[in-house]
Amino acid sequence: MLELDKINAGYGGAQILRDVSLSVAPGEIVCLLGRNGAGKTTTMKAIMGLVPLMSGAVRLNGADLSSLPAHKVPGHGVGYIPQGRRLFSELTVAQNLEIGLMVRKSGADVLNGVLDLFPRLRERLDQRAQTLSGGEQQMLATARALCIEPSYLLLDEPTEGLQPSMIEAIRQVIVVMRDRGVGILLVEQRIDAVLSVADRVAFIENGHNLETLDADVLRKDHSVIERHLGV
Amino acid sequence: MEIGPYILLASLEGAVTAAVLALTAVGLSLVFGVMRVVNVAHGEFFMLGAVLAWWVAQSVGGHPAVGFAAALVIAPLLVAAIAVVADMTVLKRIEYDPERTIVATIGILYIIQQVTLMTYGPDARPVEPPFNTRLAIPWFEFVDGKFQMYWPWGLSTTSYKLSVIAAAGVVLVGVWLMMARTKIGLLMRATQLDRETALAFGIPVERIYAIVFGMGAGLAALAAVLIVPIQQAHYLMGGDPLLLSFIVVIIGGLGSLPGTVLAAILIGLSDGIISVFFSPTLAKILATLLVALVLVFRPQGLFGVKTR
Repeated sequence: MLELDKINAGYGGAQILRDVSLSVAPGEIVCLLGRNGAGKTTTMKAIMGLVPLMSGAVRLNGADLSSLPAHKVPGHGVGYIPQGRRLFSELTVAQNLEIGLMVRKSGADVLNGVLDLFPRLRERLDQRAQTLSGGEQQMLATARALCIEPSYLLLDEPTEGLQPSMIEAIRQVIVVMRDRGVGILLVEQRIDAVLSVADRVAFIENGHNLETLDADVLRKDHSVIERHLGV
Repeated sequence: MEIGPYILLASLEGAVTAAVLALTAVGLSLVFGVMRVVNVAHGEFFMLGAVLAWWVAQSVGGHPAVGFAAALVIAPLLVAAIAVVADMTVLKRIEYDPERTIVATIGILYIIQQVTLMTYGPDARPVEPPFNTRLAIPWFEFVDGKFQMYWPWGLSTTSYKLSVIAAAGVVLVGVWLMMARTKIGLLMRATQLDRETALAFGIPVERIYAIVFGMGAGLAALAAVLIVPIQQAHYLMGGDPLLLSFIVVIIGGLGSLPGTVLAAILIGLSDGIISVFFSPTLAKILATLLVALVLVFRPQGLFGVKTR
């Protein structure tokens, strides 16, 4: 279980998150919904230790992640796919994946398993990451995180700016990972995409938690979404 | 004597300057590229390398080659260790903030310089070269339309100067291989490209920074050990290498290693040639003018990549 226990966090003097609590169970897709600037990305960075906590704790199966230096967090099995992909642009596809593999000293079998999910990357191993198309870059960002052999995956707007076939490919991989028992925290703007995969949806506004609902409830009743997001 | 031999002689002197400058500037460029901080104390690490080389060579004694070989290994390692300590105790504490790092490294500059003055003193002291054979260089002329070789008086170099150029070349290739082929090089490049994502993928960024800062200082020290049999060690000798390194790094493109090496060759050679024919001051004036022009017309440097 990945748990956020009343975390307060922000940059310098500016507090962004206020008493945010959230939990993701293995094999579950939890979606974080909120307006721009609500604190979705900051929540993910706080889990990764990239934004310092003012109070509260992030726990993974009882272990306190928030007391660790940031570079120790991924080693506990948290894969992060940041917004805007954030690839190591001048490195090749293979080198980007190698950095993912180094986190838990994984071997070639892990790499092969990941490349089976993204056959297009296998053809482009020696290509520089910046020369890939947008969809391929997103695949690489996802593959890099999967090289950690994560038990939890954080995806920050993975379908932003992608064509429909790519969105579908990414969605497939998310579902595959869920079926393998990986807990997934997903930030996504496209509500239809969210509702088709999510188990639960957590609303966040101005850094505060609002309610967390089962996706089934939302699928039946769209009015909640309209109330929280104003769309 | 005609002009040709003079140009050859000046180019050889310039090549030695270029070789040493390339090492020093690559050290500075590495630190800037990976850590995004400007190290104003870089010249003092150079000076420290030279002074420690003298100290090691003195303490070892025996044949000059033994003392020099010991200095070649010990001085850069010691300087790198000092730089790592400076990184962990000062730069890490100010979180590598660009402006505060400049001020902090100015402080480190004066501490190193004044401690050297208080211990080593104000004298310039030489280190004996391990070998120093004079090599006469032939020139050619046409007598009655026939090609003829001759050895003009004064046209010579030494085996030591040539080996400085060769040694710098070997070290630069080594640095390039490390960056391109090794695991630590991969981690450095990943850190350079995206610090935050590097952290999110388990790269111990602070340790990488300490290693890079130490390596940058070690390269400057190594350059100084190579030059000290030609130039003598002095507590104020860090100023010129610092200025020239900045010139080279800006012209070459901040953080671009090939650009840095090419710019070092350009600046080193022109510095040598202009110094011989006109004056060293004019060489510095022209180099600084070139920096101004590069900053106006091509701010990313001649070989730098524009950041989007």
